[in-house]
Amino acid sequence: MNVIYTDNNATTRVADEVIEEMLPFFGGFYGNPSSMHTFGDRVGKKIRQARQKVADLIHADPDEIIFTSCGTESDNSAVFSALNARPDKKRIITSNVEHPAILNLFKFLRDKKGYDVVLVPVDKKGDLDLDLLYDSLSDDTAIVSMMWANNETGVIFPIPEIAEKVTEKGILFHTDAVQAAGKIPIDVRAAHVDMLSLSGHKIHAPKGIGVLYVKKGMKFFPYLIGGHQEKGRRGGTENTVSIIGLGKACELAEQHLPIMNTQVKELRDYLQNKLLEKIPGVSVNGDLENRLPNTLSIGFDAVEGESILLMLDKEGICASSGSACTSGSLDPSHVLMAMEVPFKSAHGTIRFSLSHYNTKEEMDHIVKTMVSAIETLRAMSPFWKDGKLV
Amino acid sequence: MWEYTDKVKDHFMHPRNVGELKDANAVGETGSLNCGDALKLFLKVDENERIVDASFMTFGCASAVASSSALTEIIKGMTLDEAAKVTNGDIADYLGGLPKEKMHCSVMGKSALQKAIADYRGIQIMEKPGEMVCECFEVTDLEIIDAVKANGLETTEDVTNYLKAGGGCGKCLDRIEEVIASVKAEG
Repeated sequence: MNVIYTDNNATTRVADEVIEEMLPFFGGFYGNPSSMHTFGDRVGKKIRQARQKVADLIHADPDEIIFTSCGTESDNSAVFSALNARPDKKRIITSNVEHPAILNLFKFLRDKKGYDVVLVPVDKKGDLDLDLLYDSLSDDTAIVSMMWANNETGVIFPIPEIAEKVTEKGILFHTDAVQAAGKIPIDVRAAHVDMLSLSGHKIHAPKGIGVLYVKKGMKFFPYLIGGHQEKGRRGGTENTVSIIGLGKACELAEQHLPIMNTQVKELRDYLQNKLLEKIPGVSVNGDLENRLPNTLSIGFDAVEGESILLMLDKEGICASSGSACTSGSLDPSHVLMAMEVPFKSAHGTIRFSLSHYNTKEEMDHIVKTMVSAIETLRAMSPFWKDGKLV
Repeated sequence: MWEYTDKVKDHFMHPRNVGELKDANAVGETGSLNCGDALKLFLKVDENERIVDASFMTFGCASAVASSSALTEIIKGMTLDEAAKVTNGDIADYLGGLPKEKMHCSVMGKSALQKAIADYRGIQIMEKPGEMVCECFEVTDLEIIDAVKANGLETTEDVTNYLKAGGGCGKCLDRIEEVIASVKAEG
């Protein structure tokens, strides 16, 4: 069975070009980039090139790029560095729709370390309450961390504006740009961010490689203390193969950015409009005017997400749900709850996240499968009768 | 992805006895839209208190649908007295087992069945006897005590898996722990 992959906010297919770039370094070129011999430096040279390509994607200098093991490590490193840099400050601020890599870290810092955590809420469209954010900036604030784009809804936060307001008060600013990278332009210089996290596997590189951008001149406290790698900012022998792959992936991401905002966006809109047209009792979650071009979070009244996913799965269609049943927790996702998405559609929310590999034929197949799945599930739902919610 | 047995998958993809039973003379409802799953069970009971037909309508995940479907197969042909003895474990066993996080789906089946039997016999089930412990999923201490005793539950996580209690905001987890401790203390 052919796989139709529309779960790109979860992970992406490793690009063929990326695999090709990496292959020699699994084999003959196994040298350590830190070695003083030419053999090791063949790898060292490729890593320097990769660092340049990563820097180019976000308009940074190569010296500002630290390779990590994943987005979560980047997020944790950034926050702990900020707390070490500002040991006397006790307030830390984030949003209530962050990825667990930030949200659970902040809850840990609140519950176990006594930090005063401000979780800035979002409105029903998923947009941040900026007034509350700005009002909560105090002299006692160590760091503000705000995601650039939301993984579930694709809603984009106005990072350049927020970063400027935060940093002009002397407060450190970090952004988790894991979902934004490769989908919308990122310019760390123009955006005034101090630190920024990226993840390789969301942009067609392999899993297990992340990036932390740290602005030049900023004091950085390493999270992994060890050798001299990454200029002493992250100990541990480099994941050479994945770094080389990530370099290629960033180069491709830059090239594909225009396609993402035309072709992929059109496919996403096509899918959204067809689903709205063919199925009653459907609502799209998130700010429609302010969303990643590839993401569609869409709720179906009176049916449950896991059941929909399994019916899609039978047709080889990969998506994810905003409901809980898939994760083990029982409430709908914290993002949908924060947006006060009504239960009637929150439990039946599906996220489709596209990439440039998707086609219009695939969207048509998804629509056809969804029409039949929703019809089947509503026929057995006690909350759906005569074509409407009861 | 959940590890569902082939039987669960089969009952989800090809559920038995779906839909409203037009000449039902007993109905049991449990769950709600807010909870994320709900089951409406229809029974047709003859003059000898034998279940001659059963059907269901379910909103929920695959294991909720499969549990409902299995329940209707299990109870068809039983007398109400026999049906009253069906446990959530019987439903799970019929399906070759459920992932532990999904045991609450089988509990939902048992609960709807009890309500349908009470409905036929004209017994008013007191709405939620006991003290409310989990506000998110409206679970009382008595329900927790029953589930702990019947299934040998040990931890708050077990209770969440069976009853969902504590799976929402998590505020009641300490109270659930106390209830478990009280059952253990009783021996």
